[in-house]
Amino acid sequence: MMDMQAALPALWLSLKVAGWATAINLVLGVGTGFFLARFRFPGRDLLDTLLTLPMVMPPTVLGYYLLVLVGRNGALGSWLYDNLGISLMFSWQGAVLASSVVAFPLVFKPARAAFENVDSQLEQAARVLGLPALAIFFRVTMPLAWRGILAGLLLAFARALGEFGATLMIAGSIPGRTQTLSIAVYEAVQAGQDDQAHFLVLLTSLVCILVLLGAGALKPRTAGGY
Amino acid sequence: MLELSLRKTLISGKRCFALELELHDTTGSLVVMGPSGAGKSLLLRMIAGLTRPDAGRICLAGRVLYDSSAGIDLPPQARQLAYLFQDYALFPHLTVRQNIAFGLKRGWLNPGRRHADRQVDTWLDRFGLTSMQHQHVDELSGGQRQRTALARALVLEPRALLLDEPFAALDPALRQHLRSELAELQQRLGVPLLLISHDHDDLAHFGRQSVYLERGRVSSLQREQPRPA
Repeated sequence: MMDMQAALPALWLSLKVAGWATAINLVLGVGTGFFLARFRFPGRDLLDTLLTLPMVMPPTVLGYYLLVLVGRNGALGSWLYDNLGISLMFSWQGAVLASSVVAFPLVFKPARAAFENVDSQLEQAARVLGLPALAIFFRVTMPLAWRGILAGLLLAFARALGEFGATLMIAGSIPGRTQTLSIAVYEAVQAGQDDQAHFLVLLTSLVCILVLLGAGALKPRTAGGY
Repeated sequence: MLELSLRKTLISGKRCFALELELHDTTGSLVVMGPSGAGKSLLLRMIAGLTRPDAGRICLAGRVLYDSSAGIDLPPQARQLAYLFQDYALFPHLTVRQNIAFGLKRGWLNPGRRHADRQVDTWLDRFGLTSMQHQHVDELSGGQRQRTALARALVLEPRALLLDEPFAALDPALRQHLRSELAELQQRLGVPLLLISHDHDDLAHFGRQSVYLERGRVSSLQREQPRPA
């Protein structure tokens, strides 16, 4: 039972952080994907590259960048603290920030591809039929792109759930406050608590299997479609 | 019915295409002929408001849709035209009924599968689509697709019909049948029609006036003899 008492807050925190990171990317990642798919402007390729960087950069490097940005002495961090009294350091919101950044390309990339695959003639047909732009987005573009987007969101959730490096640098490892499952596993191993580590690892594996099962259920059906 | 003078230059890479034409049609049934790449689709897109001309004026069915000197450029949504795309552009995520009801329903949600609407029923019935109204459009034959696309546009009571090679995707026997059907329908509705094609049979069926387009210019304009009864 001791195991459970230590593990449940970590599990809950992991799910909360991953859930928020996924929700944030539902707006930012999908929005950016749509923007880059639909509008041509100078520097589009460069922007795409920059936005994809979190996928290839080591999480600790990202964590360092975030530290420079939102740390108490960072450009954004000092402004937030001075004006709003907010500090993201060593808070679960900081963990959300780290996870969001790390998972961002996993939503943005498939979303862009999904939007580019939507036949623009269908959107034009909707315009001629009298629909305003926002209605076209929700009634034509999104329904035709959502499978690709959903796949990206699931990947992002899984990635955020496993986030370690950047989260540790921003939020640290405060049990019950910022210690997520993956960090708790590391701490348990470091402290020689093998039973605890076993339990946490099994718990994490179970959650990952559930996420994968969820992803499998969303694969395109062959007949009937949509 | 249609009065138009347009200029548009398209540049893609090293190729440059310039369209410059004037059309005047009082018959309400105009067929634009010409080889592919002559600018026929571009013309239709500009009338529908999907492509913005560089300059000029479009007046259709008594309304000014575009006038560069007066700063008028109605969005496609406000032009109230029916546009039949070459491959019909039906919404693949919706059923036949939902497709036809698409423009009638406002807001951010698509019409439901059982969306009740008398006008939709009327058009389903008129085009013999009632039995397949709950099917997805990818299960339809070519002729049924075209009828669905036409019904989707006509249910909104458009001020004019723009048709982009409406019969090109159909087999010859069906083509003949649907031509007669459409010609009869247009007569009944009394809606001006502009059809682009490179099939001379379309001309015989619809063209009270015809224009031949070549490389973005009108190369000949003629009025047809009255249609044989």
